[in-house]
Amino acid sequence: MIEIEGLVKRFPHRTPDGREEWKTAVDGLSFSIGKGEIFGLLGPNGAGKTTTIRMLTMQTQPTSGRITYDGLGTAAHAQEIKRLIGVVPQHVNFDQDLTVGENLELHARLHHIKRREREARIRELLAYVELTDVINDGVRRLSGGMKRRLLIVRALIHRPRILFLDEPTVALDPQVRRRIWDLIRDMASRGVTVFLTTHYIEEAEALCHRVAMLERGRLVALDTPSGYRKTYHVATLEDAFLTLTGGAHAKTL
Amino acid sequence: MQKLYDIGTVFWRDWIVLRRRLAKFILSRMVAPILYLVAFGWGLGRSIQVESGTYLDFLVPGILALNSMNISFNSITPVHAERVYHKSLEEYILAPIWPDAFVIGKTLAAILRGLISSAIILILAALFGAHLTLSPLFLLILILNCAIFAEIGFIAAMKINTFEEMSQVNTYILLPMSFLCGTFFKATALPDAVRVVIECLPLTHTSYLLRGLATGTPTALSSLLVLILYTIGGWLLARRMFHNLTK
Repeated sequence: MIEIEGLVKRFPHRTPDGREEWKTAVDGLSFSIGKGEIFGLLGPNGAGKTTTIRMLTMQTQPTSGRITYDGLGTAAHAQEIKRLIGVVPQHVNFDQDLTVGENLELHARLHHIKRREREARIRELLAYVELTDVINDGVRRLSGGMKRRLLIVRALIHRPRILFLDEPTVALDPQVRRRIWDLIRDMASRGVTVFLTTHYIEEAEALCHRVAMLERGRLVALDTPSGYRKTYHVATLEDAFLTLTGGAHAKTL
Repeated sequence: MQKLYDIGTVFWRDWIVLRRRLAKFILSRMVAPILYLVAFGWGLGRSIQVESGTYLDFLVPGILALNSMNISFNSITPVHAERVYHKSLEEYILAPIWPDAFVIGKTLAAILRGLISSAIILILAALFGAHLTLSPLFLLILILNCAIFAEIGFIAAMKINTFEEMSQVNTYILLPMSFLCGTFFKATALPDAVRVVIECLPLTHTSYLLRGLATGTPTALSSLLVLILYTIGGWLLARRMFHNLTK
């Protein structure tokens, strides 16, 4: 469903001694993701996870490489692809001047959902995450967990076939994290492909069918959680992650 | 049709925010014009002679020009916070909309605010005893002025990364223009070297046109051409800056 070939992203960067140079944030990523799969991208801070998701969602253009969705390239088919994808960003990026309902309505309008359908869809999704009561509240008044659930709701309004979640449970307490895991599993069970970045390894282990590990922008491993345990003779995915990103057994695929 | 719908969506967002704050917006927009009218119209203005009519009649088009400039510029600058701090601009970048719809919708919303503010000034000016002739061309000049400064505000919001630098645009660009671009006195009163620079700026031409049309004095239509060129140039640059966000 999603094919990524030789993806590279370089940014201009100023060194400590004041020289301008290019910094490679993502360095030659290649992998594919199947329909209905929960695919995890793991890596330490600064590994290039968010940059990868930003390229996949067309928020920034790759320096080189190719991304296709069902054979459609992002460069030539941006509008069609944007209809297919939903994005849950790492940061809470609601419009601060709008209420919960207005934020969701804005998203629905931006995705060309007709009035009758969008009203029903907003109510249905708010009920799904038990946030119906806050529809007329300002987004500033919501708790951290409510905002996270609302970010997921917003990304689902236009019924995306692929959902990108960038660190969806960062800084949340365990109860809320479990709640969001249930939401993600439920989405996948309905046929939505999920692309997840996280640095919580137990999250990737609990949710993902396959996990890619990134270090300094490079793909160092790609396997199922059980495949990692078997290959590296370790008890948990975290042990495999530490082994790989610690550098002892790192090798580029 | 889809493009119009997308422009409408961007405008809708700004409209509901404005509608919620309309009373506060109108009240706050009355303060500066009243101060200008009292200080320069009643106070200082009584001792100033102008070629035609009263100084108040001379002054009001200048106040309209500078006020519509300030309001339209400052109406669009929250896009800066949406881009840099709240990141809510990502919603538009991720959406399958016509990318130019964002620039057009935001500019239209800023023009609306500029026109509401201008209407308030015209009502206040009439209460203060000003006699002005209004016409469709007068309205067009106001719209162009609002569009130009909304576009400049948009470009600043796309380019600048801190609140401090945004406020410096006000300090170093808008504030000098407010006083020097033929708003309170004719630019011909300035030394030649300064006048040449001032006459390259759009606000000067807005002041000339609005004053000429409102007081029935001859007006160079070349000023209208200058405003149209600024509007087109501003639009092209604003559009480019928005597209560059995803580079």
